[in-house]
Amino acid sequence: MPTDNIQYKSHPDNLTRSVPYKFNAENLRSEEMIVNLGPQHPSTHGVLRLEVLMDGEIVKDVVPHIGYLHRCFEKHAESLPYNQVIPFVDRLDYVASMNSEHAYAMGVERLLGIEGQLPKRVEYVRVMVAELNRIASHFIAIGTYGMDIGAFTPFFWLMRDREHILRMLEWASGARLLYNYIWIGGLFYDLPIGFEERCQEFITYIRPKLVELDTVLLQNKIFVQRTANVGVLPLDLAINGGVTGPMLRASGLRFDLRRVDGYSVYPELDFEVPVGEGKMGAVGDCWDRTSVRVQEIHESLKILEQCVAKLTGEHKRTRDFDPQAMVPKKIRPKAQDLYVRAEIPKGELGFFFRADGKSDVPFRCKCRSCSFVNLSVLPEISKGILIADLIAIIGSIDVVMGEVDR
Amino acid sequence: MPVSESILTLAQAACQHTPPVVDEQASPKALIVAAADLLAVAQQLHASPETYFDMLSCVTGIDNGAAAGTMEVAYNLYSIPFNLHLMLKVVLPRDNAELPTLTGIWKTADWQEREVFDMYGIRFTGHPDMRRILMPEDWEGHPLRKDYSHQGYYRDIKVAY
Repeated sequence: MPTDNIQYKSHPDNLTRSVPYKFNAENLRSEEMIVNLGPQHPSTHGVLRLEVLMDGEIVKDVVPHIGYLHRCFEKHAESLPYNQVIPFVDRLDYVASMNSEHAYAMGVERLLGIEGQLPKRVEYVRVMVAELNRIASHFIAIGTYGMDIGAFTPFFWLMRDREHILRMLEWASGARLLYNYIWIGGLFYDLPIGFEERCQEFITYIRPKLVELDTVLLQNKIFVQRTANVGVLPLDLAINGGVTGPMLRASGLRFDLRRVDGYSVYPELDFEVPVGEGKMGAVGDCWDRTSVRVQEIHESLKILEQCVAKLTGEHKRTRDFDPQAMVPKKIRPKAQDLYVRAEIPKGELGFFFRADGKSDVPFRCKCRSCSFVNLSVLPEISKGILIADLIAIIGSIDVVMGEVDR
Repeated sequence: MPVSESILTLAQAACQHTPPVVDEQASPKALIVAAADLLAVAQQLHASPETYFDMLSCVTGIDNGAAAGTMEVAYNLYSIPFNLHLMLKVVLPRDNAELPTLTGIWKTADWQEREVFDMYGIRFTGHPDMRRILMPEDWEGHPLRKDYSHQGYYRDIKVAY
């Protein structure tokens, strides 16, 4: 008898009924077996489940099963006004909320036709917090990746340094992870007094730490042997598979939406786009992906320095500056379809909007998530490898399941 | 950014059934093509040296509701070498919606089309692995359809809370 209280009734075949195995154990050859990896396993970075067809220790095929963290983002977005969707956007990529907010806010501003009219200070603050969050996200990616491979120390170091960023963002927005700081047409608040100076201090503090990180992790012989020539993603497969972000750049293409699209104030900022060079093995291997992330942290620090200079110089804080001045009272875009994209730490985050012109609720808001697409090439690059290398590849993709499953 | 002449000419040449219609309201500008022509147009735009749309960024399903009686699928294409954007839209009937798959051209279409199928029930013919992707296999209905109402119980757990 069904009951109204939430109670899970156990059946032995529950798992296979809801997510059936793709391979049938009875049809396997005698040397083959199916290994189920996850969904509860630290090396799968959240609730990712992999069905692995093995021959001894060799991986023959991988079937990712996703959806364990599906929270109906798109359905929720269809029932809420544009500005109230932002907290849900935070929860997509929950380690880089500022970047996702920035992409979303930009999209709605483009729908409303107010893009590019925002005060320069707002834009610089947005870029600054987004780059801070990009560094924090890369810290998690590199730290947990090191831990997957067996390097424990860098994880602690990076978590310690990430804490500085989280405290700064908490100071600005009031929350450590899910900020709701970037609003459509502006910001929640201006930066707190002294933020720019503390940001400068952080830059001075973190630079030598990155040198340490390079020595202890990237140049580490064990790390190099575990990652070089492993999980090589050729460029043609990367593009055809829709891969974006550090993963695409590690395969050798200098493609960064901050440069290509030049949104917000990025055209005014000076930074490089690092690409994988195959220093330790082949271009597009796991080592390159990690190395590109480390180099991107250096570039983000360069951006931060320029933002600090602008925010204390040309666009410095004034008494009458209101970051909410451009926030629209009523968000009612014209009927149109719009696709907007921005570079978040994992790649291209896109939003497809359909506005019906009659309400302040999106008729359709689709999130094109980069982790989802990046993960979809995993089966392609993990055929014929050892299972230990499979773990190395998953970590190097840097998936956040919140964004994969939405 | 208007749909350039060359893209329009290419699309017109590839359309055997119905000529493409330009949607000026969309951003990036969209071409509305018939379902029967989609595969040919996509192949042409992907292979042609003038456009070379090598990246399929996003596949979106849209349900216009029972009153309109249509569903749509929007494809956002991007050309890395030429920095071109294009949206392709296909309008489908609401029941028995079917489209040819684009997995043969872009591998990324695999999971994205599975998601559209999962959320809208639009079938992609020729897709190598047409299973649900985000929802459980034994879930009833396609949640993003406008007329969707969820089942009462799933595994003896009341769905409405």
